[in-house]
Formats: sequence, structure tokens, C-alpha cells
Amino acid sequence: MTTVEAAGAAPASPAGDERLSRARLIRRRFLRNKLALFGLGTIVTMFFFAFVSPYFAPWNYYENDFTALLQGPSASHWFGTTQIGVDVFAQTMRGLQKSLIIGILVAIFSTGLSALVGSFAGYAQGRADRVTMWIVDLLLVLPSFLVLVLLSRFYQTRNWLFLVVGLTVLDWMITARVVRGLAMSLRERDFVRAARYMGVPTRTIIVRHLLPNMASILIIAATLNVAGAILAETGLSYLGFGVQAPDVSLGTLIAEGTASALTYPWLFMFAGGILILTVLAFSFIGDGIRDAFDPGSSRIGRRSP
Amino acid sequence: MAGYVVKRFLNAVVLIFIASTAGYFLASAALAPRGNFSGVNPPIPKETIDAILDRSNVNDEVPIVTRYVRWMGGVFSGDLGIDLDGQEVSADFARRIGTSMRLLLLGSILGTGLGVLTGVVSAVRQYRPFDRGFGTLSYVLLSTPVFLLAILLKYGAISFNDAIGTQFFRTAGEYDSRELLEGWALMRSRLQHLILPTLSIALGSMAFYSRYQRNAMLDVLGSDHLRTARAKGLTRRQALVRHGLRVAISPMATFFAYSFGLLVAGAAFTETIYGWYGMGQWFVASIGKNEINNVAAIVTFTAVLVLISGFLADVVLAILDPRVRRS
Repeated sequence: MTTVEAAGAAPASPAGDERLSRARLIRRRFLRNKLALFGLGTIVTMFFFAFVSPYFAPWNYYENDFTALLQGPSASHWFGTTQIGVDVFAQTMRGLQKSLIIGILVAIFSTGLSALVGSFAGYAQGRADRVTMWIVDLLLVLPSFLVLVLLSRFYQTRNWLFLVVGLTVLDWMITARVVRGLAMSLRERDFVRAARYMGVPTRTIIVRHLLPNMASILIIAATLNVAGAILAETGLSYLGFGVQAPDVSLGTLIAEGTASALTYPWLFMFAGGILILTVLAFSFIGDGIRDAFDPGSSRIGRRSP
Repeated sequence: MAGYVVKRFLNAVVLIFIASTAGYFLASAALAPRGNFSGVNPPIPKETIDAILDRSNVNDEVPIVTRYVRWMGGVFSGDLGIDLDGQEVSADFARRIGTSMRLLLLGSILGTGLGVLTGVVSAVRQYRPFDRGFGTLSYVLLSTPVFLLAILLKYGAISFNDAIGTQFFRTAGEYDSRELLEGWALMRSRLQHLILPTLSIALGSMAFYSRYQRNAMLDVLGSDHLRTARAKGLTRRQALVRHGLRVAISPMATFFAYSFGLLVAGAAFTETIYGWYGMGQWFVASIGKNEINNVAAIVTFTAVLVLISGFLADVVLAILDPRVRRS
């Protein structure tokens, strides 16, 4: 809410100039936030190691070092080795790759979906709104985790992209409610009303007038949704209902490592630590963006109208 | 008011009906119990398999609508069907509800209570050491998935036991079943087994509620009505307790409703890791065994739970906020 107000109340000046200065202001506020910078640095590092380290790390995930079975971390095996001599570092980076990709894809898709559905429901009102919100309520009542586990039977034998679809379909409802609230208030603003009376079709109004005005909220939601999606994916994978072999994710690595966690802690400690750090970093970035867009807002999720 | 309650109740009944229907069809589509009996050596005759499947009403050669109507008819009379081993699903259901509810109720009450309390304290002492320390802790807790938290607590406790040389923390099962315990000894054993799983569930929701409560409380602290309360002569503490808390707590009720579904998912991990035979563990096990009737029952149960908690949240909201009552 407040963000929309702030954007609308900006002094009237040539559009290009105003946008530039606002973008600069937001960037400066973000860069001043130490936690957000820490989050950004962490994510950049994670990405670097996940995708580039296979080219320079001493071992690959498909190699077995039979001279070092179940060895702790060392100069050659940074995170130690498994029972069959697989390098845990290489394995963990491979799992991190999958978890990062899935988390980001799900966040982008589910935020996009909630933006479209929410703004349509809020703008159209009447019966369309009631029907959409009823579907949202129904999906919220259906235990999404249980449904995802059931759906896993369908994508188990297929590509992990189906997992992305499953996670997306069950992860857009709450953001859609927030977006709907925003759309309902934007609908009554003069510029939207003017467009409507000029005969601009609904679809164009939503895409050209509503969505850009809630861009900040959507960016924040997308960033925080990455954290949520990674948590959901690793949880499913931990129980064996998510990413399937031969693919690995941080969740499957933790599941495999915990069997002998007491004696050989490196088997799951690194995957667990990296998982917590990644989720933490995305939350920091999300909060940092929120504060940058709207310095008056509070830290985690202000309640929507 | 009465009309509103009736309308809500009817809406809830319709939602539960649809949720259980969706659950049944989804489970029937996803699970293939016939597969349990194929590839067995010596091969089981088809008639035998069909007899077993028909007993459970999960034969894939019978049209799904017929199976569904029979299942739904049973549900209305309190019969949840028969599992593949020939046991009544209702019996298992009744036993496991107790196990799960002990865990979930205690965990959620503890989590919500502590969360609200620490959130209020953090807001009142904004930027002081407690606020900063607890803020960091709750960020880390919010970023830790339930299964990882449960594992870390479990192995932490085992290491602690080994280091001290005690058996204080128990990490497997609901109580010590190796010996026959009675009265206080049984109670103590249950408590020792209860601590860690409850913590695994409570800590996450504590962090969640404390963050939201802190924000809501900060909004209230800067509000006009609190200043008015101070101006008419109340001390800070009186004003906070009498006028601040009530307003700040009411938004939490709504969150409580939505979070109960998540809690059930959390129970699936906690129960599996700590060897509790509750609903969550049952769900994971039933998927593995292709038990359609069990899965449909659990989905229905969760939907009912979410709607009940949503209803309770509305009641609490109405008690706290007179505006809700009047409208």
C-alpha cells in the first residue's frame, strides 16, 4: 500500500528523469543496507561456486577416489568423501545448482501467476472476483504439501521441471490475495479510471497500468518466494518426493547424509549449512529491497489490506 | 451474526467436501495398489489380487466414480474404508490422531505463545540487545527447514546425552516401550520423548510469530490511541497491556489459521525423524504402500483441521476486536 502511495506522490517531472532518480535512490538505499549486501554477496558466491567450481575443483561428482573412503575434509576433498569415495564438495555444489534453479524458477512463475490472477480478480470485481477468491480459498484449504507429495508420483519418472510446475501451482495463493488488495485500490485511482473511460481494454489496463504500479511489491514477493520455494523443494526431496536420482538436491544430500550423521558429520553438515545460508541470504535481499523501495515499512511482511 | 455463522459453516462444509473429493481422486490417480502384488514370485493369481483390491474398494478395474460414491457413502457414516492388509482405516486413524494432536497442539500453542511474547518484548525494547539477538535468532530459525532443525536437535541431544552420560533426551518413539511403565514413570518417559519433537515444531512458528508480532506491536506503539491512553494518565505498562496488546495480537489470529496447514506438513518430517506413529508419518508411509483410503482420509482430516483453526481464528478475532463483532 504505502509503496504505491509513495510512487504516486512523487513530484511531477519529466517521466524519464523521475524514473532515473528514483531508481538511483532505491539502489543507494539498498547498497547502504549491510544485511542486504551480505545476502547479495552470499548468493553471488553460491552461484559462482555452484556453476563455476566444477571447472576448477579437484574432483567431479561422478569420480570415485578409492584411496579416500569416508575421509573428513582435507586439502584435496574440501568437504570430505562418502562411503564410495565421492567428493562431498562436488556433490554439494551439484545439489546447490538444482536447488537454486528450482527455487528461482518457482519464485518467478508463482509470482507472475499471482500477479495476473490477483490483479484480474481485484480489477474485474463482481462474480469473477468471487469465483477466483473461492478457488484461492479452496487451494489454501487443500494441504498443498500433501498434494505435492501425491503429485510427485507423476513427475518422479520424468524431468525435474515437472517439480517446478507442481511447486508453482501450489505456491501463488497468498501473494495473489495481496495483489488483489492492491489492484482493488489502484482501480479507483484517477489514471486507471481515465484509461477505463477512454475505452482501454481490461487486459491492457492490467498490464500497462496496474502491474507496473505494484512492481515493487512483486519484486519483493518474488525474492522472498525464492526462499520459500527452496525450503519446499528441499523438504520434498528430503522425504524422497522431490528431485529424483540421478539428479541431486540439497534435500536429497541431507537425507543421505543423516543416516551416519553422528560419526561422519561432514556428510550432511555442509549441505545443511549451505541450505540455511542460501535461504537466509534470499530473505535478507528481499527485506533489503523492501526497505529500499519503502524506507517506512517494517522488516518482514507488513500486513496487506 | 447467527446468519453469518451459519453461512460460514455451510461454506466450510462445502470446502471440506470438495477437498476430500479432490483428495480421493488425486490419491486414486497417483497411487496404484495393484503394483504391490505384481512382480512377486511365485506370482499371485489375478483373482486373489482382485479380491484384496475389491475388499479395500481400490480395484482399478471398477470405474472410479463407483468407487468414489461407495467411499463417500462410507465416510458419511464414519467408515473410512479398509486398508490393503484388511484393517479398518478408522481404527488406525483414531489412534494416530491422538499422537499427532499431542504434538501439534503443544507445539503450536508453545510456538504461538512464545512468539507473541518475544515479539512484544522485542518491539517494546526495539534495538536493545534482546531485540537484536532475538531478531538474528529468528531469522536463522526461519531459514532452517523443519527437517533440518529436527535432525540437528536430535543429534545435538544425542551428543549431549553421550557427553553427560545420561539418557535424559529421548529421540525415538513416544515413550519407553521396552518395559511396562505406569503412572508417574510413564508420564516422565512420555515427557522425555516429547521435548525434542515439540521443540522442532514450536521453534519455527515461534520465530514466525515473533517477527510479525514485533511489527504489529511497533505499529501500535506509534499509534494515536496509545498516546491518548498515556495522556489520560495511565502508566506506559498499563497503556500497553490494556490498549496496545489487544490491537497488536488480533492480526496474529489470521496467520494462525493459515499456518496450521503448514504445521501438518511439519509433522510429517518431525514424526518421521523421531519415530512417532502419527498422521504425518502415516501419510508418508501410506504413499509408499499405495494405500488410497489412508491418503484420502488424511487429506480430509487436514482440510477439516485448517477450517477449524480458521473458524477459531475468527472467533478470537471477534473477541479481541469489537468492530468485527458489530459488522
